[in-house]
Amino acid sequence: MNMTPEIHRDDLTSKTGMWFFLFTEMLLFGGLFIVYSIYRFRNPVAFHLAAHELSIPIGTINTIILLISSTTIAMSITAIQKKAKKLALLLIGITILLGLAFLVNKYFEWGKHLKENIYPGSPVLALRGQGDVLFYGLYFFMTGLHALHIIVGLIFICVITSMIYRDKINYDNFVLLENSGLYWHLVDLIWIFLFPLFYLIT
Amino acid sequence: MENEKNHIIPYRTFLYVLALLITLTLTSVAITRIYLGTLTVMLALLIAAFKSSFVLRIFMHLKFEKRMFSFALIAVVLILCVVILITFLDYLYR
Repeated sequence: MNMTPEIHRDDLTSKTGMWFFLFTEMLLFGGLFIVYSIYRFRNPVAFHLAAHELSIPIGTINTIILLISSTTIAMSITAIQKKAKKLALLLIGITILLGLAFLVNKYFEWGKHLKENIYPGSPVLALRGQGDVLFYGLYFFMTGLHALHIIVGLIFICVITSMIYRDKINYDNFVLLENSGLYWHLVDLIWIFLFPLFYLIT
Repeated sequence: MENEKNHIIPYRTFLYVLALLITLTLTSVAITRIYLGTLTVMLALLIAAFKSSFVLRIFMHLKFEKRMFSFALIAVVLILCVVILITFLDYLYR
């Protein structure tokens, strides 16, 4: 007689649910990208000049930080599948640190703008005209919403870390780690488009 | 394909993809410094799309999942494309 209680688990459904949530996120940011492209189309000169004020080195560093953090969390899934719990925890730890580094960079970047009195609704910005108001409005909203996703992702990953530590997530049951990874990759994916649109195309 | 749950991607695959993604990032930075005009926008977005295909297929495991996920993703991208097209038709020919 098999006396072990059977706990029902459906990893495929769990992942499907996560993907459908990610689709709504893609549509949310997709909508914002459409708003951006229309305003850019209508105010090409102002967008061109305003984008020049963003720091490409900081943007590039942040892009690379996110790419590496995506890689480490993807590798942690391989580690957990190979029963290398310590390595998985180390890789996730690196992901969390890199996520924090991204936010620190963002803090200095935004701080610089605020010091120059550039923020949504600022009188200095209003004097520069409608195009600049739109560009910085979108810049602060989209990078801010993205940073909010980074914070949510970090909290999600921290919870996952403690679950791995307590063996709630292990080589046999790691769909939650996969889902947190999917979320983190989505955040990376959005940045892959935000970076050229705001920093590079000037 | 049957036991995709047990599919393990080797560490080095991720490192190769990372190297490629960083190279592409630096390439797009370099390209946008050189070229001017609408070509820049096209190239930057093409590189971004190319980069995201790797993130989606390897990092997000789409390559190894059931094809349902890829089809659903394509549907989402198509919806976005149609909305972009309609919006721009409106603004261009109004």
